[in-house]
Amino acid sequence: MAKNIIVIGGGPAGLEASARLDALGYTVFLVERDNHLGGHLALWDRLFPSGDPAEPVLRGLVSKTGSTKILLESEVQTLNRLGKSFRISLSSGVSVIADAVLLTTGFDLFDASKKEEYGYGIYDHVVTNADIESYFRTGKDPRIDNPERIGIVHCVGSRDEKAGCRNCSKVCCATAVKQACELKAKFPKAKVYCFYMDLRMFGRGYEDLYLKAQKEYGVRFIRGRVSEVSEKIDKTLQVKAEDTLSSTPLKVSLDLLVLMAGMRPSKSGSKVAKMIRLDTGEDGYLSVADGFTGMQATTIPGLFVAGAATGPKTLPETLAEARAASALIHDYLKG
Amino acid sequence: MIDFGFHITPSGTLNLDDVDQKTVDTLSRADYGFRTCIACGSCTASCPAGVFSETSVRQAILSVLNGKDEKALRLLSSCMLCGKCLMVCPRGINTRHLILSLQKQFEG
Repeated sequence: MAKNIIVIGGGPAGLEASARLDALGYTVFLVERDNHLGGHLALWDRLFPSGDPAEPVLRGLVSKTGSTKILLESEVQTLNRLGKSFRISLSSGVSVIADAVLLTTGFDLFDASKKEEYGYGIYDHVVTNADIESYFRTGKDPRIDNPERIGIVHCVGSRDEKAGCRNCSKVCCATAVKQACELKAKFPKAKVYCFYMDLRMFGRGYEDLYLKAQKEYGVRFIRGRVSEVSEKIDKTLQVKAEDTLSSTPLKVSLDLLVLMAGMRPSKSGSKVAKMIRLDTGEDGYLSVADGFTGMQATTIPGLFVAGAATGPKTLPETLAEARAASALIHDYLKG
Repeated sequence: MIDFGFHITPSGTLNLDDVDQKTVDTLSRADYGFRTCIACGSCTASCPAGVFSETSVRQAILSVLNGKDEKALRLLSSCMLCGKCLMVCPRGINTRHLILSLQKQFEG
C-alpha cells in the first residue's frame, strides 16, 4: 500500500514537493488554508530578476501535482504523533493518518501599518510592494494616480530590531529595483528614488538588474533610511531621510511611496509547529536539524520542512528546498 | 532691515524638489556611465590629487545628482587628468571624459 504524506502549505514549496512525492508513488495530501493555491506567488505579477510573469510559473507548478489530493480551505486543527505516524485533523472535518509530514508554511508579509511613521493606511498615496504587484495585475489602485515622483523605501520590517524584525528579508532589494524599473516603464516621466541602506543584489542576474535600473531607467539610489513621512494639504507626501553619502539631511516631495514590506514568520505555520512541538528560533522561524547539512530535517523523525518557513528565501531557493525535502522523505520512508 | 545682532542659519537640508536636473540630463545624454556610480570610493582612494586637496570623483558625481554643480567643480579643480580613477572604476565610468565635460559645461 502506498504510504501517505501530508504537505502543509500550498505555496510554491508545497506544490513542488507534492509533485515530486506524487511522482515517486506516494499518496500526497496537500493542505491549504486559503481558497487558492500558490501562496504569495499567486498574488505576484512579475518575478525578479528577469521580469518574467509569475502566472505561468504557478500554472506549471500546479499542473505537475498529478494525483495529489488537494484540500483547500482546510486549516489544521490538530497535528500529533501516533507512534511512528502522524495524525492530522482539518477544519473541513477531514482527518488523515500519514507516515511523514512536510511543513511548507512559508512566510507572512510584514504589516507595513506597524511602521506608523511611513503612513501606510493613513496617507492616501502610500502602498506596499504587494500592492504594486496587485496594481500591475489588475491595473487598478486609487492610490496610484499618474505619479511624477515615486519613492521606494527598502527594509520596511527588515533589519529593524525595534519593529521586532532583525533579519534581512533577502528578496526586497531585488524586488525594489525590479519594481522601480517597472514603475519607470509605466510612468516614463516619473522620477524614481530608491532609499536603501545596503543594496543586497546577491543572486545571478541581480546586479545586471541594478545596472539596468541606473543606466536605462535613471533610477536615483539614495543611501539612507527614510525616517518620517508626512502628508501635505494637497495630499502629496514629504519624505525625510539622510543622504548618508554626503552626510546631508534631505527632503523630497513625492506622489507615491512604495514600502518594501519584508518577510515575517508565518503565524499559521508557527501554530502548526506548536501542535507538533517543533521549536522555533528566537527569530520566529521554524528550527531545522542542522543549519548546514540538515536544512530540510527537524529534530522530530518523519517531520520535514522546506521553503521560507525556515527563513527568508527566493523562489528558486524555495523550489530547490522542496525537491531536497522530497528526496529526504523518500529516503526516510524507504529506510 | 533692522540689525538685531544675530542671524538665522540657513537650512542645511537638501531639498530634492529644488534640484535643477539640467546638468544631470546633459551628462546622462552624453553617456559616460556616471549614473552607474555605486559610491565604492575607489576613485577617491587612488586619486593622487586627493592626498593634497579635496578631490573626489565619487563626491563630484553625488554633488551633480544633488544639484550642487559648483561643489562638483570645486571637487575636481585640482584634477590633473591622470586617469587613475578611470582605471580603478569597477563600473567602467569614463571619469576623464566626465570631468572634462563637466568643466567644459561651466566654462565661460
